[in-house]
Amino acid sequence: MFDTLTDKFSSVFRNLSGKGRISEENIRESMREVRVALLEADVNLKVVNDFCEQVVQKAVGQEVIKSLQPAQLMVKIVNDELVNLMGPVDTQIYTVTPGPTVIMMCGLQGSGKTTTCGKLALYLKAKGHNPMLAAVDLQRPAAVQQLRTLAEQTDVPIYADDTKVAPHGEVARGAAVSVARAAVNKARELGRDILILDTAGRLAIDQELMDELKDVNEAVKPHQIFLVLDSMTGQDAVNSAKAFNEKLELDGLILTKFDSDTRGGALLSAKMVTGKPVKFLGVGEKLDRLEEFRPEGVASRILGMGDIVGLVEAAHDKFDMEQQTKLAEKMEKGEFTLDDFMSQMGQIKKLGPMGKVLGMIPGMSELAKQANMNGEGVEGHMGRMQAIYNSMNRRERKKPDMVDAPRRRRIARGAGVEVNEVGQFLKQFDMSRSMMRAVGGMNMFSRMKMMKGLMSGDLGAIAQPGTNMLRTKRSGWQEPKDRNKKKKKR
Amino acid sequence: MGFFSKSIDRLKTALKKTAEVLNTDVRTLFVPGRQIDDAFLDEIEEKFIRADMGVKNVQIIIGAIRDRWRLGKIRNADEAKDVVKEIMLRDWPAEEREIRFNPNGPTVIMVAGVNGAGKTTSIAKLANLLKNRAGKSVMVAAGDTFRAAAVEQLTIWSERLGVEIVKHKQGGDPAAVAYDACEAAKARGIDVVIVDTAGRLHTQQHLMRELQKIREVISKRIDGAPHEVILVLDATTGQNAVNQAKNFMQCVQVTGLMLAKLDGTAKGGVILSIKDELNIPVKFIGLGETPEDIETFDPQRFVDALFGDETA
Ligand SMILES: Nc1nc2c(ncn2[C@@H]2O[C@H](COP(=O)(O)OP(=O)(O)OP(=O)(O)O)[C@@H](O)[C@H]2O)c(=O)[nH]1
Ligand SMILES: [Mg+2]
Repeated sequence: MFDTLTDKFSSVFRNLSGKGRISEENIRESMREVRVALLEADVNLKVVNDFCEQVVQKAVGQEVIKSLQPAQLMVKIVNDELVNLMGPVDTQIYTVTPGPTVIMMCGLQGSGKTTTCGKLALYLKAKGHNPMLAAVDLQRPAAVQQLRTLAEQTDVPIYADDTKVAPHGEVARGAAVSVARAAVNKARELGRDILILDTAGRLAIDQELMDELKDVNEAVKPHQIFLVLDSMTGQDAVNSAKAFNEKLELDGLILTKFDSDTRGGALLSAKMVTGKPVKFLGVGEKLDRLEEFRPEGVASRILGMGDIVGLVEAAHDKFDMEQQTKLAEKMEKGEFTLDDFMSQMGQIKKLGPMGKVLGMIPGMSELAKQANMNGEGVEGHMGRMQAIYNSMNRRERKKPDMVDAPRRRRIARGAGVEVNEVGQFLKQFDMSRSMMRAVGGMNMFSRMKMMKGLMSGDLGAIAQPGTNMLRTKRSGWQEPKDRNKKKKKR
Repeated sequence: MGFFSKSIDRLKTALKKTAEVLNTDVRTLFVPGRQIDDAFLDEIEEKFIRADMGVKNVQIIIGAIRDRWRLGKIRNADEAKDVVKEIMLRDWPAEEREIRFNPNGPTVIMVAGVNGAGKTTSIAKLANLLKNRAGKSVMVAAGDTFRAAAVEQLTIWSERLGVEIVKHKQGGDPAAVAYDACEAAKARGIDVVIVDTAGRLHTQQHLMRELQKIREVISKRIDGAPHEVILVLDATTGQNAVNQAKNFMQCVQVTGLMLAKLDGTAKGGVILSIKDELNIPVKFIGLGETPEDIETFDPQRFVDALFGDETA
């Protein structure tokens, strides 16, 4: 959908050609799609409205009106603005001396607090700290045992007191306080520098449990309080985040289950309503699946545009630059063959486990989904594409346009695939080729960058959220702006 | 089975609590006598979006009101409310919303959902309902062998409720647990087996396949089983719930939804989109953390509760 967002802007602006200049009104209209996209991503309505207004102002200021490529410029403004809103980035865990630094985790039921405690302990250990866990969730059956297991798995000491667990149907309000206190003493005694308190999940409107949290807060005065929020949360993200923040004065947010296909609007909403930084993203069930937050990839994800920027960056390291240069030369001449397509695909394969790439670049996520529906995964799907390619003869590879129905049948038989898959494959190639042609006029550097994005956009390849792709810089998108500047000068 | 007479009151209480705390009650919209105007339409949009009803649904509703208003067919908020209700109430799957029992032998209910949705607690609620209100003998199966202490969690519930449990060690094969539970239920003449499963994201192919395998094993042990596959959705989930429902549906043929955590500030409006796209009946709602906090779902009541009307 990255392409479609550009397309959508383009079509709004294109309809104007002949009719005259782009006005503020047109820009406003073009933002309608963005508004829907954000609402579909579960961003809070007020945040959406404010955001759209801000973009319009920016766009007018940046003279999208005069720009030669208004659609691209709009995409960039939207993207940058989203990234801005999610910043400033601060993934630091602040510690005090003498220790222990007390970190308290809180959140709704089922948001992932306990697992996140384990992940954080592991993360801090890797940073050279000596963390300790404390089981202050005395409500949910077996919560103490769950944390104990995680403590074993991460080889971190734990303070837990099973005798304090709330009897069925009761709230262990005072007990939570005494466990937390005892845990702090224990951590001090053991010389642990960080203590992580796991607390019971609770609804923000549950007065009794919210008061319990407040009691704990007053008793042990945690140095940092993090709200753990499910990234699949809908509009309620705002309510909860706000309520917890008002009651406890949060220090940061941790969004869990980001390895799902959620668009993740909850992140933006919670960030906006609390003004507190997003510290980490939970990106898997394993304890090492905790990522420091970087907004760049998330912005495109919320928009449904895919993490193009991150991909370009990552691609930079792994792509065979020589091959890319050759490809660029070919494009210069307007040639882009099936061979190039296949070799490009091979390159993308290098970017990492393909099966995990669902849902980040929607254009390709469709393909990935299709692949998954067939039950073969993206790798398998690419394998089939390879088989189709292998089953074609030289002439056909050179001139794919010549592949008619009988040839298609033959190729399908040879490759062991359905006939329509051959058609799909060729269509995909065709699309890439026309995109290649479209970018033919750019300077080489930006073209190469763009091409990588496009290619991967076709193939469903994108890093799993949480690989280093989310950590990349934004430099890829400086390009279009510079280009516009140059054009303006001319 | 008329065990759900109190549902409307409870739901209303929950919604009222929400309204008091956050002042986001949809009911405040439809003040009698209020005239429809653009501000009114904007407010509807806001409130319904905030109920997670999804842009598409909200646009349909607003479109319908606007059309009728422009044509002069309706003028005030009360009439608009009728339009809204009509739209919200149409096309609910007519299917039986209570549990489909196996007439010959144990009924198997498989419970699935994403991590933390509320599966295990919902199982406790279902077990309680079936045992204490429907008088069935119930067995639970600790099919979540993955998450730390998941087996212990279900064990505690089984003890509290006095129902049997079949369990293996953590890390074991969940399909084997389901197998054993089915066999044990047959041998002991148990009425209902409820199978817990590990939480899994609907996007994790290998885990979804694992779920399929559990289902297959169950279907081979007992005729027509699983008789129910309940997908537990967290009411706080946004539009992603549609994806969840889609994938679980495709993978294990979900027969009904349980919407958990409806006692919070979330309205669970996403079930409207799920209804439109997938036609899966919502069978139960969860309204708290105790085994009593369960009610059957009824669209009429749900919508009425949203509007604060009495059900006839
Ligand atoms: N307020 C409220 N809390 C609920 C409801 N249902 C479940 N919970 C809570 O949500 C948390 C998670 O519930 P579980 O039943 O453990 O969820 P699960 O889906 O089995 O979780 P995993 O097995 O870890 O994937 C617990 O703290 C429950 O008490 C509900 O209807 N209302
Ligand atoms: Mg569970």
